[in-house]
Amino acid sequence: MNQPSSPQTPAQPAGPGPATAFHPWDDPEAVPLIRFQGVTKRFGDFTAIDDIDLDIYPREFFALLGPSGCGKTTLMRMLAGFESPSLGAITLEGRDIVRVPPHKRAVNMMFQSYALFPHLTVEQNIAFGLKRSGMEKDAIEARVAEMLRMVQLQKFATRKPHQISGGQRQRVALARALAKAPKLLLLDEPLGALDKKLRQQTQFELVDIQEKTGTTFVIVTHDQEEAMTVASRIAVMNEGRIAQVDTPGRIYESPASVYVADFVGDVNLIEGNARPIGQGMAEIHWREGVPAIRGQAAEPLAEGDRATLAIRPEKITVSRERPEGRNNVVQGRVHDIAYLGNISTYHVLLPDGVIVQALVANSRRIARRDFTWEDEVWLSWSDTAGVVLTR
Amino acid sequence: MSRFTWFNATALTFGFAFLYLPMVILIVYSFNESRLVTVWAGFSTKWYGELFRNEQFLDAAWVTLRVAFFSATIATVLGTMAAYVLVRGGRFFGRTLFSGMIYAPLVMPEVITGLSLLLLFISINLDRGIFTIILAHTTFCMAYVSVVVSSRLVSFDRSVEEAALDLGATPFDAFRSVTLPIIMPAVVSGWLLGFTLSLDDLVIASFTAGPAATTLPIQIFSSVRLGVSPEINALSTILIGIVALGVVTASLISKRNLVRQARDARRAIQAGAEDAREARAT
Repeated sequence: MNQPSSPQTPAQPAGPGPATAFHPWDDPEAVPLIRFQGVTKRFGDFTAIDDIDLDIYPREFFALLGPSGCGKTTLMRMLAGFESPSLGAITLEGRDIVRVPPHKRAVNMMFQSYALFPHLTVEQNIAFGLKRSGMEKDAIEARVAEMLRMVQLQKFATRKPHQISGGQRQRVALARALAKAPKLLLLDEPLGALDKKLRQQTQFELVDIQEKTGTTFVIVTHDQEEAMTVASRIAVMNEGRIAQVDTPGRIYESPASVYVADFVGDVNLIEGNARPIGQGMAEIHWREGVPAIRGQAAEPLAEGDRATLAIRPEKITVSRERPEGRNNVVQGRVHDIAYLGNISTYHVLLPDGVIVQALVANSRRIARRDFTWEDEVWLSWSDTAGVVLTR
Repeated sequence: MSRFTWFNATALTFGFAFLYLPMVILIVYSFNESRLVTVWAGFSTKWYGELFRNEQFLDAAWVTLRVAFFSATIATVLGTMAAYVLVRGGRFFGRTLFSGMIYAPLVMPEVITGLSLLLLFISINLDRGIFTIILAHTTFCMAYVSVVVSSRLVSFDRSVEEAALDLGATPFDAFRSVTLPIIMPAVVSGWLLGFTLSLDDLVIASFTAGPAATTLPIQIFSSVRLGVSPEINALSTILIGIVALGVVTASLISKRNLVRQARDARRAIQAGAEDAREARAT
């Protein structure tokens, strides 16, 4: 689908090839695989899910992203059948599944703890679901062999789960969940237990497997990079509600609210009074005596509305001289420099005490850097680089 | 810390003497030639021979084994079911009351349990015999089994059961093919605990036994009241031998499990390394 082809472009949804045409959510004719309608879930006084409407389409790799306690896991457990909504309807291919017990749903789940059966071998773990679907013995064996090949575990087929490494257990869990070729695969923080390198590698394997099998994946994660890497669309959740559902690119570049902008990636937030200036743009008067800054308005606003300009650090240019011909210009002093090797983050202190972060790629070696602590610098960015948010 | 001192040596000697001297004396005198328990008259195994010709003792031993086997088995089934419902059943009405009540037999004085069962059997006109002893032993063994099994269930990763359901197992199938094999060690130790408790119970058995069936502890107790005979010594020695065998076997098994765990952990690390090597090669 529209997955990045290399790790260098993690957030770009516009991948190469014909797959870029995959966006059923824009097609009014497309029939969603899953549909949440007015779903609410209460545990006693606590509302875990608050009136959610959500459509997920066939062959999507859909991510539920949010901090812990935002309701993303509850939403997933409702799809698996381990929780039922207090209010509302959930349909799978048009059929209401609220009252269908977990063992009768064409939905399989990969658990955060993997939940492998410790007393069964790798093979027997994968065959567990197949045996319960009334499949012929030969067919089961063939399918198990196929799954083992897919996750490259043929050599460890007769081992028990505690006799293989953590990464291999993760692959067994995936193979077991995919063996029955479910309509929908749920992944609950599937890579949380792996170390960083293995996690990044596995993310691409997941995308690969998702494309090969054509299964719809729904992944729950609190790791925004993971969601950006694997997902065709992301639902950012906050306190039981959905803050925004969009492609990774749009979530990052056109956040709908300050919450989304702040949760996904780093962002500078500058608050002030807004004034619309036409063509979907707005100005923000953020301090007396300095020119207003401008950006694209996320939604129509009126003069005098309180609004926030969200600008990503990598979209800001740092220079010693005042740049010519730009509307968004502020002056400050270098307060701190975080050197990360490939990039450096400059923390620039504006006169009123606001700190703005700017990201600079270190194309030169460290001794040749242009700015250092306490230098007076100018920060600038283009008119369309920032977003003006009212929520 | 682990230095040899006279204080340590003395403490060790007295401690173990206190624990084991009575048993050593009992075992030594079981091989005594003389009928008098306190006078040594040379080595002999004749009391063992006498013991195996004593119909009363053999009958009692057979009754005891059957009682222990059946009550431990019934208690294991019921106790496991009770533990499962109390741990997994969620919140239902009266759950706290039930879980309190299942543990009550553990702290109830045995005399009370025995007496109340006796009164019950009399009031419903149940003839006392092997059946009533089994019933009585089942009630208190069940409490022990459910304690052991529920502590295992509490520490058990619930998502393993959910995975079974998710893969199409019915709730009963999930219990049988996933939960039960995983909690099996606890179920087995619950059974063994019940078996041992039933074997050496004297108080409850003497309330609920009838003339038709006597257990070994009752037999030993009543014959000792007429004077200790070397036969009893021989019988006790055999019992000590069986228990010692059980303890040694259990510790060997747990040692073997430790070795196996270490080996599995090593294999897991090797498997991971092998994988990484292959990933680099391709």
